Amino acid sequence: MVRKIDRDHTRFREIVRGRIKRDLKRFVSSGEMIGKQGGRYVSIPIPQINLPRFRFGKNEKGGVGQGEGEPGDAVDGEQQPGPGQAGEDEGKHSIEVEVGLDELAQILGEELGLPRIEPKGSKQLETEGGSWRGIRRVGPESLRHFKRTYTEALKRQIAAGLYDPDNPAIIPIKNDRRYKSRKEITKPQANAVIVYMMDVSGSMGREQKEIVRIEAFWLDTWLRSQYDNLEVVYIVHDAVAHVVDQHTFFHLRESGGTKISSAYELCLRVIRDRYPPEEWNIYPFHFSDGDNWSTRDTEHCVQLLSNEILPASNQFSYGQVKSAYGSGQFKKDLDAALPDEPKLVTSDILDREGILASIQTFLQKGR
Amino acid sequence: MMLPSTNTSLPPELQRYHAEIKELAKGYGLDTYETVFEMVDHDEMNMIAAYGGFPTRYPHWRFGMDYEQLSKSYTYGLSKIYELVINNDPCYAYLMRANSTTDQKLVMAHVYGHCDFFKNNYWFSKTNRKMMDVMANHGTRIRAYMDRHGVGVVEDFIDRVHALDNLIDPHSPFIERRAQPKAQTEETYEEPRIRAKDYMDRYINPPEVLAAERKKREEAAVQARRFPPEPTRDVLLFLQQFAPLERWQQDVIAMLRDESYYFVPQMMTKIMNEGWAVYWHSKLMCEHLVEPSEIVTYCDHHSGTLATQPGRVNPYKLGVELFRDIEDRWNRGKFGLAWQNLDIDERRSFDAGLGLGREKIFEVRRDHNDVTFIDNFLCEEFAEAQNLYVYGFNQRTGQYEILDRDWTKVKQQLLWSLTNFGQPRIAIVDANYRNRGELYLFHDWNGVDLQFEQAKLTMRSLFELWSRPVHVETREEGEGRLMSFDGSDFEVQEMTNSADAAQVVGFAPQA
Repeated sequence: MVRKIDRDHTRFREIVRGRIKRDLKRFVSSGEMIGKQGGRYVSIPIPQINLPRFRFGKNEKGGVGQGEGEPGDAVDGEQQPGPGQAGEDEGKHSIEVEVGLDELAQILGEELGLPRIEPKGSKQLETEGGSWRGIRRVGPESLRHFKRTYTEALKRQIAAGLYDPDNPAIIPIKNDRRYKSRKEITKPQANAVIVYMMDVSGSMGREQKEIVRIEAFWLDTWLRSQYDNLEVVYIVHDAVAHVVDQHTFFHLRESGGTKISSAYELCLRVIRDRYPPEEWNIYPFHFSDGDNWSTRDTEHCVQLLSNEILPASNQFSYGQVKSAYGSGQFKKDLDAALPDEPKLVTSDILDREGILASIQTFLQKGR
Repeated sequence: MMLPSTNTSLPPELQRYHAEIKELAKGYGLDTYETVFEMVDHDEMNMIAAYGGFPTRYPHWRFGMDYEQLSKSYTYGLSKIYELVINNDPCYAYLMRANSTTDQKLVMAHVYGHCDFFKNNYWFSKTNRKMMDVMANHGTRIRAYMDRHGVGVVEDFIDRVHALDNLIDPHSPFIERRAQPKAQTEETYEEPRIRAKDYMDRYINPPEVLAAERKKREEAAVQARRFPPEPTRDVLLFLQQFAPLERWQQDVIAMLRDESYYFVPQMMTKIMNEGWAVYWHSKLMCEHLVEPSEIVTYCDHHSGTLATQPGRVNPYKLGVELFRDIEDRWNRGKFGLAWQNLDIDERRSFDAGLGLGREKIFEVRRDHNDVTFIDNFLCEEFAEAQNLYVYGFNQRTGQYEILDRDWTKVKQQLLWSLTNFGQPRIAIVDANYRNRGELYLFHDWNGVDLQFEQAKLTMRSLFELWSRPVHVETREEGEGRLMSFDGSDFEVQEMTNSADAAQVVGFAPQA
């Protein structure tokens, strides 16, 4: 029996997919489910349709909270402003549960329809001992499996009509014999390294960095679920590039010019020194607002990419975060210079809403 | 009402607890309709919750959307619904099959709190207590319209009405409308002149006073021609009565309006209702029902319900704490002018041993809604004890920050967010604007702008129902704006002096 809710649900899915009621499609947003992960909140995308209404806009006042803290302290959990929307559903109690990173990755994978990644390099097969779980027809007598041998004999005797319940003598013959055997377990072990590069020149503001941070969190989460061993390298650049730690990566604010090739050169050096491409799955991600020092430098970047970085990597991803100052030229140049390069993926991130689409673009090839 | 192919009756053990809880509740003076519990599994629970508690509701994709969200958060372990209770006679409540017995007892006791509140709180006094049946009838009627006019057509219409279903007047069920005064026959108007000699006339009958009188009369005449005669916030009712719609469309608006009004009291009393239910589950559980072996589970789940998160007020917590505070204050006689005039230290330790607490909280649950509840009972000591604060967005640091712990500000902010459920107050002031049958709405701006992009789209929905141009007067950062939509173009004009605002401020209709 088709339940009522299934009909309504199907209809909703069809609207989301744009099959029916096209005019509603533009109201589909990647709504959020808030999950808690190790004390911080992450949002899990699910599609929602919000019909327009008269509502309050951006300069909505704050709200009332309860808890410790001095005036001036930050209020966490800002995703949930105010008690205004009490909701109409009476007495729905919910409790919140922490979600593990694995589950988060799984949720992300399901929501965005991401393919699992085929790690490259079949030689990273590692043998991890074995166990006595196999059965064979031949073997040394010391490994004879008595129970299985007698079961076989019993089956044969019954089938041949030789079994006498009053005198249940079971005598195995050679064909009945079964021996334990060792089964080797092979487990593919794949290593991966993410190289994050970010433009920290003056034009990348707080919001742009926040977008990169959120996007990097999800990329990490997904790739971590695909590889046993994931290492992360952070590189910041303006006119020169440095390897930094995670905190510095997301909080550093430099000013000055932008020379993207500096980051690519450093990335290449890191790969050569520490992560030989035969053994590692390499994922460079580069985020910037699309401004580069000069066209000459952009040409140099393209050279570096096509000759050295791309052959070494599984995929090179370039995310262009929109900023008020950035020209957004670099993505155009890359796309124009390397139009048919399957390992190069570029994406535009206009605002926070665009993060999911961008993650989808980066990961949907399953490299 | 029964769900197909599932046995929803309570198992014998829970039936025994139900009987016990019912007796206990009665013993404390809780007064409820007959309460019916049904056992459902998580999927059924999500489904019923998606329909707002009414499994027989009309078909609409929005319920499918809610269902997906609930199912997913359940599957991913983000949240689960413990319990769902419906304001109806009999009162229906759903229990989740997978819950432990401790939880079921807690939920049943909690439900009895809600049922008492539904039955006795004044703001619920006008709700339809046969809503289960009404919703089912709505479902049948809308399905019939879908058969006759097509699913898409009816659904599109419902979507449009949904965009407007916050444009109702929450107090409307309580207003007793007087009959419209009879049309007065026009009388010839004579200027109220006092006889005077020619040379005195300018002083006895000053022309400027007479001119002012005349103007007043003319304005009154304009007012008499107004349509609607008074500004109305019940936009749905107005459209249902006066928009050029088909019969079935009027019926759909009427049904959706009924459903909106049904949910209004629950939105008006969220904090009180939950606080009251928590008060009673905790009393019944702690004093009667919890076995020693269950105490840890109970405490865990009870404190989960009352947990606070930064930047949010938990209605369960705020409600129950305020009820307990009221009980304590009236037990000790901490109210009235004499008490108020004490300084804060004396106030804290004051105890006249009156013992009026229990009586007082029953009275409060009868008379108040969230706004009056907070307004009357949230006091300085309470705000301090509960660690309440006001927060706001700091442009400079780009984050939400604690602004103040001053209790008057906390109270003001809370009241602000509860007033009209945090929705903008909008009324129709003129349905014959510019004498061309255009619809003119007025937004009672109170410091917060409308979301203009959404307002634009909502005006499109309004236009599609009214089929004449629609105007909304509002403000942007304090500056007057008139938004107009004529069916194809949308424009925003600056308004230096509002044509109507002056007459309209405080537009709540007079009883």
